[in-house]
Amino acid sequence: MTGVLKIRRWVGEHVVMGLGLLVLAYTFVPIAVVALMSFNDSSSSRNVYRFQEFTTSNYTDACGPDGLCSSVMLSIWISLGATLLATILGTLAAFALVRHRFKGRSAANLIIFLPMASPEIVMGSSLLALFVSSGLSGQLGFWTVLVAHVMFCLSFVIVTVKARLGGLDDNLEQAAMDLYATEAQTFRRVTFPLVLPGIIAAALLSFSLSFDDFIITNLNSGQEVTFPMYVWGAAQRGVPMQVNVIGTAMFVISIAIVLAVELNRRRQEKALT
Amino acid sequence: MATLDDVAPGTRSKRKLTGYWLILPGAIWLGLFFVVPFFTLISTSLYDPTGSVETGYSVTWHVQNFADAFSQYKGSLWRSLWYAGVATVLCLVIGYVLAYAIAFKAGRWKNLLLILVIAPFFTSFLLRTLSWKLLLADDGFVVDALQTVHLLGPDDRLLNTPFAVIAGLTYNFLPFMVLPLYASLEKIDVRLIEASSDLYASAAKGFFKVTWPLSLPGVVAGTLLTFIPAAGDFINAELLGSPNERMVGNNIQSLFDIGDYAAAGALSVILMAIIVALVLVWVRTSGTEELV
Repeated sequence: MTGVLKIRRWVGEHVVMGLGLLVLAYTFVPIAVVALMSFNDSSSSRNVYRFQEFTTSNYTDACGPDGLCSSVMLSIWISLGATLLATILGTLAAFALVRHRFKGRSAANLIIFLPMASPEIVMGSSLLALFVSSGLSGQLGFWTVLVAHVMFCLSFVIVTVKARLGGLDDNLEQAAMDLYATEAQTFRRVTFPLVLPGIIAAALLSFSLSFDDFIITNLNSGQEVTFPMYVWGAAQRGVPMQVNVIGTAMFVISIAIVLAVELNRRRQEKALT
Repeated sequence: MATLDDVAPGTRSKRKLTGYWLILPGAIWLGLFFVVPFFTLISTSLYDPTGSVETGYSVTWHVQNFADAFSQYKGSLWRSLWYAGVATVLCLVIGYVLAYAIAFKAGRWKNLLLILVIAPFFTSFLLRTLSWKLLLADDGFVVDALQTVHLLGPDDRLLNTPFAVIAGLTYNFLPFMVLPLYASLEKIDVRLIEASSDLYASAAKGFFKVTWPLSLPGVVAGTLLTFIPAAGDFINAELLGSPNERMVGNNIQSLFDIGDYAAAGALSVILMAIIVALVLVWVRTSGTEELV
């Protein structure tokens, strides 16, 4: 009897976690499919939605399909530019919002929240309307996409850095000042290192948002083709399997970076205690 | 909160200005490329509908554009709201379980699990949606399995049905639900939940009287961050649905493609207006003000 009770209690304790892990597993199913299809030999059949035969040739010939690798490179450049700009502007704004009192703060908070809560199709079409009405319809391309990406990454950067900055214990800064550090020294040696993980997280988030964006990019890119646009175009005809190689590589590289950041954080935490 | 502002009153006015200087670049960017375009969009929606890329466009206060766009695309507007609504409810149920597990049961695995929640974002949104196309295909193993257990008839299909589109939306926007839910669940003082059980509340009662009300800010933020992008999405409808499942995003996109800026603008404004109205009602009824 006690055995049964014990089992019941164990199930009761772990059922939520079990269900949670099931949900998590479900979110990884499509990624498993992408990884699997990156080893698919589709040369014998035109059905690209079915696994035919194992091959590694997609990896050795990753740039085989016309325009694939140039679209990846374009996406990388756009994402790097957008990440850099959005991270700088967003971090400055986050400092302003957390550390300074000024008129219009609540209006600023609202305007920062809105891009995260607007449908992409509306933001994309608004920007296109702006570019077209300012006579830039012929100039749509790298720069217009970059401008758009910085716009929608900014809010995410501000929110992420704000969260980190708001959670800081200001006793640490007070202590530094008490120990005769100047304001600049306090910022450089105490505040900035403490906020840095938030800034890094914000930059990683910006990069992946920018790299993955399709709806806004598609409206404002003119003739340029980014990686998501390549996939979209290819989806109409049948996706080359190399696309899955790029998808798998992106996933593995990002996971490696994020885990490295997290492990480093843990090590630092250990060193402090 | 005591900030460095309070240290020396004499430097205050200088510090006030510093705040403005710091936020200025970001504010200008959002103003120029987020706020201003909205107004351009509204003026675009008032273009003379006979304009084209060749003949140019002019604002003629052609309010009829709205009525035309609305009556022509009512069906897909309604469908968008309906699909996004169902997907949001599904995300809430599934996402709540996951967020709850991470917030209360994960212990030292919290950070790792949170990384796993956002990890799907690291592969392309389009590729993940195409994966569902493969998984739900007529000769795929999901359909086969469901047919073997007679949940699906021999000729029934999943792909190109509303089910597939809603499943895709639910899948793609789930992390946007989980993260805000987690953020507000994590803030809950566990002692409050323990107190409810000390006072003989059942687990269910404790949940509905304590945990759920305290997690409401997360519920509101999560439902907004899921519903709004889902209502404007056209990728899932295009890749997983048939023309019968076209959503308003598909219409806007194709109107831009053919250069009918007036109708595309009007339809975007209508979508945005409906969303803003729904959001205001939802935020009012749920009674939370703290969103950001």
